[in-house]
This record gives sequence, C-alpha cells and structure tokens, in this order.
Amino acid sequence: MELKPIIRTEGITFGYTDRPVLRNIDLAITKGEVVTLLGPNGCGKSTLIKVMLGLLNPEKGRVFYNGKDINHIGPKSLARDIAYVPQIHKMPFPYAVIDVVLMGRIPHKRFFFRYSKEDMDIAYNALERLSISHLAERPYTNISGGERQLTLIARALAQGARTLIMDEPASGLDYGNQLRLLEQIIRLSREGYTFIKSTHFPEHALWVADRAIMIKDSVILADGPCDDVINSEQLYHLYNVKVSVMKLNGSLRVCVPETICGCMAFGATG
Amino acid sequence: MRVKGLFPLLSLLLVLTAMVSLALGKYPVPLKDIARYFGFRLFGVGNISPEYYQILGNLLMDIRLPRILAAILIGASLSVSGAAFQAMFVNPLVSPGLLGVLAGASFGAALGMVFSKSWLAVQTCSFLFGFVAVLISVGIAKMHKGNTILLLVLGGVISGALFTSLLSIIKYIADPYNQLPAIVQWLMGGLSLVDRITVFAVGVPQIAGILMICLFSGYLNVLSMGDEEARALGIPVEWVRMLLIFLATLISALTVVVAGMIGWVGLIIPHIARILVGPNNKILIPASALIGAIYLIVVDDVSRLLFNVEVPIGITTSLIGIPFFAFILKKARRGWN
Repeated sequence: MELKPIIRTEGITFGYTDRPVLRNIDLAITKGEVVTLLGPNGCGKSTLIKVMLGLLNPEKGRVFYNGKDINHIGPKSLARDIAYVPQIHKMPFPYAVIDVVLMGRIPHKRFFFRYSKEDMDIAYNALERLSISHLAERPYTNISGGERQLTLIARALAQGARTLIMDEPASGLDYGNQLRLLEQIIRLSREGYTFIKSTHFPEHALWVADRAIMIKDSVILADGPCDDVINSEQLYHLYNVKVSVMKLNGSLRVCVPETICGCMAFGATG
Repeated sequence: MRVKGLFPLLSLLLVLTAMVSLALGKYPVPLKDIARYFGFRLFGVGNISPEYYQILGNLLMDIRLPRILAAILIGASLSVSGAAFQAMFVNPLVSPGLLGVLAGASFGAALGMVFSKSWLAVQTCSFLFGFVAVLISVGIAKMHKGNTILLLVLGGVISGALFTSLLSIIKYIADPYNQLPAIVQWLMGGLSLVDRITVFAVGVPQIAGILMICLFSGYLNVLSMGDEEARALGIPVEWVRMLLIFLATLISALTVVVAGMIGWVGLIIPHIARILVGPNNKILIPASALIGAIYLIVVDDVSRLLFNVEVPIGITTSLIGIPFFAFILKKARRGWN
C-alpha cells in the first residue's frame, strides 16, 4: 500500500558560506510514523529539522507538506499542523507553565487576541494528557528539565498540531526523565501523532522509532526500519566506534559498546 | 489569580496621588478647595470668590495639572517601553535607551537649542533624532547576517555612542553663557517647562502607543522564547518586532521632547511590576504603565518640594532609583533566574 507522504523534501541543499551542511536530501515521511534522525555532531540534523519547519530556507530544494510547498502555506496554518519542540533552554523570565502552553494557541487566534475560556481548557487538557497538570501555575524556570520538555510537548498539543518535530528532546535530561519522555512519545504515536526527532542515542531510536535516518557528512547514509538500519556496521560508519546491537529476551534491542568492553577486559587481566 | 484586584487598586492609587500632588507645592491648596474649584468649574455648583477662582485656575489648570499629566505620561511611557524591550531582547537588564533613542533625542534637542530660537523647533528636532538613532541601530543590524537580537544590541551601542559624541561636539561649540547651561539643564530632565499644549500634543500619540503595546503584549511573551520558537508558532517575528520597536521609540522619544533625559524609570519599574504581578507581559505591561505613572508623580513632587530650589527630575529618579534597585536586586533576581 502506497501512502501519500505528509512531509516530503526534494533535493534539499544547504550551506553556511562554502561548507555544505546538507546535500541533496530527499525524504518522504508518512503520517503516523515515528522517525529518528541519527548522526554525529554537526552532521546537519538540526539544520534539516529547521528546513523542514520552514525556519531556514534551503539554497536548493523544496519542502512539501501534504503535497503543498511550505513556502506557499501561511505560517499560522502551518503551525496548526506542525509543531516545533525545541531543545530545552534557559529563560530569564519565569512564566507560569500554563502561560507557556497557552502560547500554542496563537496560531488559532486573530492578529489582536485574548485567550478565551476555550483556549484555557485546551491548554489545561494538554497538561493533563501529559500528566503534568499539577505544574500549571509553577514558574517554567523552576521545574526540572524533563518537566520543561513535557511542557513544550504540551504546548505542541495545545497548538493542535498532529506532527511534532523535536530537536534532541532527550538532551540535558536525566536518565529517568529520558525514559519518561520516550514513554510519552510512544503513547502519543499510538494516538496517531507523527514524530520526527533527532537524538544522539541509537537506543532511543530502537525503542520508540519505526524508522531511522542516518546522516553523515551532509548526506543520508541510511534510511529504513530501525531494526534493519541500526546495526553494528552502520553505527561504525556513522560514529566511528565499534558497537554491537544485541537482542534481549523480549524484542527490545540494546547497544553494547565493544571498545568499552575491551577496556574493561584489559583492565581486569592487566 | 492574585492580580485580580490589582488594577482597580493601582488606578485608585494613581488618582489619589495625582489629587494630592495637585494640592502640594510652594503654595499649598487644601484638597477641599480643589474639590470646590472643580465642582464650580465643571458643574457650576457651590460658590467661590472670583479672585480665588482666578488664582486657583492659574495654579491648578495652567501649572500643576499639565505637569502631573506629563509625569503620568512620561512615567507610563518609559516603563512600558522598558518592559517591552526587556521581553523582546530576552534580557531583564535592558532599558528604553537600548537602541539609542534617548541619546539621539538628547542630541537633537541640543542641536535645536544651538541653531534655533523656537521651542517647537527644538522639540521637533529632538523627536526626529530619537528616530534617526534607532534607524541607525536597526540599519546596522540589518546590514549583517546572524542573531538579530545581538546585532540590534550592538547597533544600539554604536548608535548611542555616536550620538553621545555628537552631543559633546554641540556642547563644545555652544555659547557657554546661554546655550550650554540650557543644554545641560535639559539633559538633567525636568518638568518645569511643561505647558498644556505640549501635553496634549504629545499625550495623544503616547497613549495610542501605550495601548498598542498593550495589545501586542501577548506576542512579547512569545518573542522572549526566542525567534525560532516564535516563528514556529506562526508569528511574523521580524514584522512584530519592528512594529514594537517603532512604538517603543515613539513613546520614549516623546518623553525626551517634553522633559529631557529621565533615567532609570524604564529599568526599575518593570522589575517592581514583575515582583507584584509576575512576568506575564499581558499583565505586566499595563501594570508597569500604572506603577510608572504613580512613581514619576511622586518623584516629581520630591523634586519640587524637597529643597528650596527645584532639583532636576533626572537627578531625583537616579538618586531614588539606584539605591532602590540595589536593594530590590535580590528580590528581582527571583523574577528572572
């Protein structure tokens, strides 16, 4: 069955001055997919994400949303369908969590706006769906990194977007919060949300994503179902480290770094 | 929410402060007489001797009321543009002069004083150069590619420095017996030259500007999350930012036109407002306007009354503002850490 892609890129080429960051990237992402972008630092993951959101204009190539060039879609109507969940960041102003979530309603408002009762309900509902209603009145600057990331996801839900594009959502989170974040992504993807996210952890792709796209030296190195693409050979190409991908009793796969095993073995015998 | 009763309270406080300030002065007028005067003037009730009516009319309507209205407009304008800049530039230590508007307007006023005898020319020149300075900052930022906020701040530093030097040139060539003292006094700020026509001429655009910024305050919240996030939420960031910069420049340039340089208000008042109502700009902006208005009336009263001679208000705002700021710094930091 051939599904029409929700987001499609065509020959995206992007460069800061003369150094190419992306070369000829062709991608098609289908509704409901969870896609993970993998690649070493500076490979162009973030740039690709910003190009797909229409935040950066590529030198060559185009991005289509539902078959329409995103440059021809108004920014507000694009924001009603696609949400950007940025990396958690420091903020000087301690806005209440609910006020941050309410910002997601702006694409639905006229130019001069007040938030209505309905907007408030939608924002509170978004918090509830991520089980963080208790944070509503807390200052955004005073909650943990994981809670901040969930707040930004709640904002994306309040936005009404069905496609969430996330730039390294797990970075800066502690271990527990990383896992809780992944659980929420799995839950929302079952409800039909589409996710495109970048990460530095291949395991996060193995655990929650259907599909992995590996980017190295500004081109796509591999693109396919996680179980096929994420193997020790490809990870070696991508990161230049030896890693075995092992299957545990269930169906879960884990990455075991061989070099570290080697060091430990050497330490024990030496 | 705890801010519910705050706006009626602040408005009441503003009216009371204005009333009391009408009564205060070298020639104190009892509040009772003020009530009688207005009762007679507006509704024709009560009786009042024609001579006393004349005196009160002169004192209240020609001298004190314009001055108080000017203080309200200036306090509100500086505080609102300060709060808007702090949100827009994602930095709570920013003040309305960031893009050079105050330096430009000061230079313009000095230039006018040297080359023209007409007060209107001085005021126009001051207003125009306030805008020229901001245009230069924005132009410098537009010339380069990169982080717009950072480039605007750098542009503001350059433009501010330029107009400060140009002001020095004007001071250097000014006639040291008449013009130079006038320029220096102007730069210290003062409300003693305020007249009714100026207040009305300046008040209309200032009130319009303040109301417009209030209408845009929801966007200020998003702008302070950073450009990319704001754009991903469908906001035309560059457009909204330029409009807000225009409005903030308009209202703060007009404060210089009326009263010269008045520092610190635009930095301190938003902090006080943030302590009272929190950081949400939808509430913070109007609260800053009211608190700034009250603050400047009080400071002007102090300027008028504390000593036998009037102290320039720019000096008083600094002398009150600096220790106060040092004192609340710890509390204010809670607002932005």
